[in-house]
Amino acid sequence: MSEPSDYEAGSHVGADRVPGSREERTLAREVRGYLLGLGLAILLTIASFWVQQTHAIYSSGIAVALLVLAVAQIGIHLVFFLHITTASDNANNILALAFGVLIVCLVVFGSLWVMLHLNHNMMPMDRLLQMQR
Amino acid sequence: MSTPALPLAHDPAFGPFGIALGQASGHGAGGPAPKRIVVGYGFWIFLLSDVIMFSAFFAAYAVLFKNTAGGPSAHELFDLRNTATETACLLASSFTCGMASLAVGVRSQKWTQLALLVTGLLGLAFIVLELREFIGFVARGAGPSRSAFLSSFFTVVGCHGAHVSAGLLWLGTMMAQFYAKGFRQDIRHRFLCFSLFWHALDIIWVAIFNLVYLVGTLPPELLP
Repeated sequence: MSEPSDYEAGSHVGADRVPGSREERTLAREVRGYLLGLGLAILLTIASFWVQQTHAIYSSGIAVALLVLAVAQIGIHLVFFLHITTASDNANNILALAFGVLIVCLVVFGSLWVMLHLNHNMMPMDRLLQMQR
Repeated sequence: MSTPALPLAHDPAFGPFGIALGQASGHGAGGPAPKRIVVGYGFWIFLLSDVIMFSAFFAAYAVLFKNTAGGPSAHELFDLRNTATETACLLASSFTCGMASLAVGVRSQKWTQLALLVTGLLGLAFIVLELREFIGFVARGAGPSRSAFLSSFFTVVGCHGAHVSAGLLWLGTMMAQFYAKGFRQDIRHRFLCFSLFWHALDIIWVAIFNLVYLVGTLPPELLP
């Protein structure tokens, strides 16, 4: 490994580290971080596939459980693979992410909310087709 | 002078969100941010816009999910074993991509090329599995033109597949550039963007396998 100041792992979004401001980054520690992320991601993936087929939990909650597991695994990926952290040098990335999450929630839940109500109020499709003839 | 390992909310040296006061990029003593920070930030913005595009496709899938027009439903079509294999391929390739960025960090040509090769092969395996699934659907008369449900399914999953294919091309050019030009700074910046892209694709896939495949194959009475 070259001198620490020259050491930069490519996948860090904002690793503008002031020397000594944080514990030293060594290759072994970096590899351990990725392995931990991989292990957690595998666990959550297995949990998702298990929850989908199980009868062990309240069955109406399975869809919600899958949503929660997906969000958890996305969080794991963001922290361990994309290195989005709460560090001061990451504030811009975090704020952009927060804005992105806001838009995603508006698009997805807004569309569902509006469209399910439209479906609810719409004339049945066969009658609609009859009228168009 | 020692600053804490992680800025705490009550530390007077750090403002809200842990921004180091007086060291903010482009202001005061900190000066402008290093180029790789700016490059990573810009590419992160692009990735978020990509995620927003995908969120519209997810919304379309969720809305159109039940509109099978008498055609096959998700429950009849999806083979979860195939989905699990695809998931394993993409997760492993995300990990080896991380290993590649560590190899770039220590300037090891051999390990960089090896890790990128494994990443590419796993990505290729993913694409092959997905294409096989798509071809199987079309052969069973369940192509994208069959129903609104299948149109939205092929849009969201196919768009992700197109991203992975483009990523494979990018990966090939990164291997060639590291090989021919070495670990030059501009090439490391390109690789930083590539690794962000590849990890982000895995994040999209996490949403796809959970919400499109696993929720999609739940018995209809369990769906909200």
